Amino acid sequence: MSALGRVVRSGVARRRVPTIVTVLVVMVAVTSAVLGASLAVASRGPFERAFQQHHGAHLAARIDAAKATPAQLAGTATAAGVAAVAGPFPLATVSAGSGRFRMPPMEVAGRGTPGSAVDELTLTRGRWATGPGEIVLAVNGRFDGPLLTTGEELTLDDVPGNPVVTVVGFARSITRTADAWAQPGQVTAWQTAQSASQNQNQSETAGRAGYQMLYRLTAAGTQAQVEAGTEAIAAGLPAGALTGATSWLAVRRDVVGDTVLLIPFLIAFGLLGVVMAVLIVGNVIAGAVASATRRIGILKALGFTPGQVVRAYVMQALIPAAAGAVLGLGTGYLSTLPVITKTNDLYGTTDRGTAPWVGVLVVAGILAVVALTAWAAAARAGRLRTVDALAVGRTPRAGRGRWASRLAGRIPLLSRPVSLGLAYPFTRPMRSAGMIAAIAFGAASVTFAVGLATSLSRIDEVEDIAAVQVTAPAERPVTAPAERPEPGAEPPGADPPRAEPPGAQDGPPAISDPAKVAAAINAQPGTSGYLGTARTEVTTPGATGQLTAMGLTGPDASRYYRMVSGRWLRGPGEIVVATPFLTATGKKVGDQVTLTSKGSEGRDIPVRIVGEAFNIDEDGMQILTDQATLGLTPEAYYITVKDGTDIDEYAAALSTALEPLGAVADQVDHDPPEMLVLIDALAALLTVLLVVVAGLGVLNTVVLETRDRVHDLGVHKALGMTPRQTIAMVISSVVLTGLAGGVAGVAVGVLVQRTVLGAMGRGTGFTLPASVVDAYGPGVVLLLAVGGLVIAVTGALLPAGWAARTRTVTALRTE
Amino acid sequence: MIELRDVTRRYDEGPPALDDISVSIAPGEAVAILGPSGSGKSTLLNLVAGLDHPTTGTVTVDGVRVDRLGEAASARYRRARIGLIFQFFNLLDDLTVADNVLLPAQLAGTGRADAERRAADLLARLGVSRHADAYPGRLSGGERQRVAVARALMNNPALLLADEPTGALDTASGEEVRKLLTELHADGQTIILVTHDLTLATACATRTIRLLDGRVTADGRVTADGRVTADGRDYAAGSGR
Repeated sequence: MSALGRVVRSGVARRRVPTIVTVLVVMVAVTSAVLGASLAVASRGPFERAFQQHHGAHLAARIDAAKATPAQLAGTATAAGVAAVAGPFPLATVSAGSGRFRMPPMEVAGRGTPGSAVDELTLTRGRWATGPGEIVLAVNGRFDGPLLTTGEELTLDDVPGNPVVTVVGFARSITRTADAWAQPGQVTAWQTAQSASQNQNQSETAGRAGYQMLYRLTAAGTQAQVEAGTEAIAAGLPAGALTGATSWLAVRRDVVGDTVLLIPFLIAFGLLGVVMAVLIVGNVIAGAVASATRRIGILKALGFTPGQVVRAYVMQALIPAAAGAVLGLGTGYLSTLPVITKTNDLYGTTDRGTAPWVGVLVVAGILAVVALTAWAAAARAGRLRTVDALAVGRTPRAGRGRWASRLAGRIPLLSRPVSLGLAYPFTRPMRSAGMIAAIAFGAASVTFAVGLATSLSRIDEVEDIAAVQVTAPAERPVTAPAERPEPGAEPPGADPPRAEPPGAQDGPPAISDPAKVAAAINAQPGTSGYLGTARTEVTTPGATGQLTAMGLTGPDASRYYRMVSGRWLRGPGEIVVATPFLTATGKKVGDQVTLTSKGSEGRDIPVRIVGEAFNIDEDGMQILTDQATLGLTPEAYYITVKDGTDIDEYAAALSTALEPLGAVADQVDHDPPEMLVLIDALAALLTVLLVVVAGLGVLNTVVLETRDRVHDLGVHKALGMTPRQTIAMVISSVVLTGLAGGVAGVAVGVLVQRTVLGAMGRGTGFTLPASVVDAYGPGVVLLLAVGGLVIAVTGALLPAGWAARTRTVTALRTE
Repeated sequence: MIELRDVTRRYDEGPPALDDISVSIAPGEAVAILGPSGSGKSTLLNLVAGLDHPTTGTVTVDGVRVDRLGEAASARYRRARIGLIFQFFNLLDDLTVADNVLLPAQLAGTGRADAERRAADLLARLGVSRHADAYPGRLSGGERQRVAVARALMNNPALLLADEPTGALDTASGEEVRKLLTELHADGQTIILVTHDLTLATACATRTIRLLDGRVTADGRVTADGRVTADGRDYAAGSGR
């Protein structure tokens, strides 16, 4: 082995702490970077990717079989704007149940196979329905749950003869085109039986015989484009043949939900992981090489050229770094699996993992940083005169920090070991600066991560205040959009959102006697307040297409929205909107606009914009107003209860009180969306990883410091310093740097959080309210700043123990 | 007062640094441990100071089994009973002369006023009080060693251990330290002095113990005229046997 090889090998093997720290830091850094990158990739339009992968239907049309022939339907393939078509598939609405439960009516489409040019289905469990009496249920739909498994037998109540079907599988439709699928002949048989029965009994609950047609459009990016496509298709069919249509935009809005703001958060987290990892790795490597100056001096004294010194130290850094990178790549990929699995599960994507190029890029990037930092530090040491390198390698430059030592020695009540420790950072200002940087990186990343996570949760938390909701149960199959519950949770039995079919009724059933319902709510013991909501569609100059207007009533209304500017509603004739609405219409708070209400035969209603709220629903285009502005009747009430109220008992009692009014009360489900939970967990994991990296950086620096000071430690111990006093001195030596790093890190973290949130707000078109941006209370700031100290002390504990255990005679021999 | 009985100290492979030696030193004695490099002199000193432990055998000082002390107990033992003087001074460069001298008292928890008074007395006695606020780096070798002696005496140790105290000094500075140790012994201070300098040994010590390869080869007395005798015979400087 060459001299250089031996030097490298001994450097790696003998300097175990820096070697192990480098392995661990690079491992955690690569894990963080891969995790961060995968977060960014996973958040890159999973619905859109799944939609492309499965040729999702831009439009799912329902056709009255009595009014259009299959030939006429086939002719719609050539309608303007239609790119691809699938169908006609016979469509039946059936009610099913077993001995254990009843299911609400479901739409069953007849499809021979799951494959299709439009809306390709993914079989997730079991097999496809191949014969009569077999059915495949949709996953992520209303009937997907633990109650139902393959092999379950369901009785169709509203099909004459009550046939029994067996659930043979589950499949996913990215555009949720049906609740279940069976063979076309089977569905046609049910249709025929139902039609015959309907003619005899005039049953209103059974569905009419119909077809489903699935379309991909050449342009479907906006509601207006989808509506244009729908009109072109309807124009090619007999009048009244098109009875309904589901737009992919409505489905996307339901699936994607609040991720309009989630995506920039994820990207910010991903970048945070990468940047912090790079900074901390650089700091650790620079510290490790800088501490070897004396060894470099010896190598030069033995005849090593500066070039050989640089090569030796770059290799010494790269060997453990490469080991750490390989380990980190494995743990990184493993930690991303839950994200990928959950994304696939929720969105129907078929991703198998983070793309290999991400791993290659991360590893190459981290190793490049290691090599560059080692090169820079070794080159500096290599350029030193040999005699200087030998001299400065271990002892601080004389004269530095003596004022601090003198000052600390004069502080009353401080024991001498503590005052000696406190003064120490000033004797090695460059090393101390490195440690402050390592702590600051950690504190900044924790601060930033905490801030982002807090802001993220605050975007949702206001809408979670309702404990109980009151709705009027549907007495007919619900075919119109229930949308994302507004605010609060999904009304029971709500369908996936559907685009407006021509002539269809909209909205869930209204409360029949709102005054009495409100009185009953107010009279119910435990009621704190309530919000009544109703929705309708309006148009306004400057905004394209139909906008949703929410009519609000009740004392709690203002509690569900956070104001950005202006004020909350005080009565009819006023509206509150979000920033995208103001941007789109070119209006500002205080301006007047005209709403054209569809429900009132195009009546123009002048209203004044009195406030700007943070409201991400409908991509920020939703209009909030008093329900009297548009003459609406509440469709749901969201109730807050007083502290200590048993919500189950409250909901049951209120339901009893509301029964004569035809309304029911249910507890609101506050479980956060699965994806949000997963992302929160990943963000927390990323934060922990960054703290670990920061802690390792500090550990490395303190170990090097302690090694450098081992002779002085020996002297102290020879003079009577006990192990406990030694630990106190070493720990004290990182207190000031820990505090300085913590304070600096928190300041940087807050600054970065505000900058990133501002950019995210601008990027998404929203103005974030102060309650979302101001994520840090004084207590949190204090805690985070002290966190720097905790990182430092934790990092110092190991070397402090080592210093305390080191035998005095060994320490004294060390020069 | 000091008794090493059947002491062996072995490091890893190879011959022992100390090989089954037994030595007793009475209070008030000034003993010079003589011998060439590698003979085990410093190892013996470290064992007495509680800086190291014997592989076998016992080390007793004032009735305390030093070989049984843990790290914390041996630290307290040194504070209370031992003053250490090193060849290369081992002053802490980032502390002033006064702070270096104060350190043992501060570690022992002595009151600040008492400690400062004692330090000032020692610095004055050793002739370096004008350097009290200076840093060790600005002092000559002799001055540094005086400061080191002051620090060693700070807690009034019963036993002063000096390891080659003149080894890093020029002749004039060495002479200063020699006189200082002689004065201390004259005042009744018990001293164990490790050196290979016979002149220093005969000037400061009343007894010499000669080591070679970890074994005691001679245990003699220093006569008034500066000769070293053992078993009625004179020992020539550096003969070793």
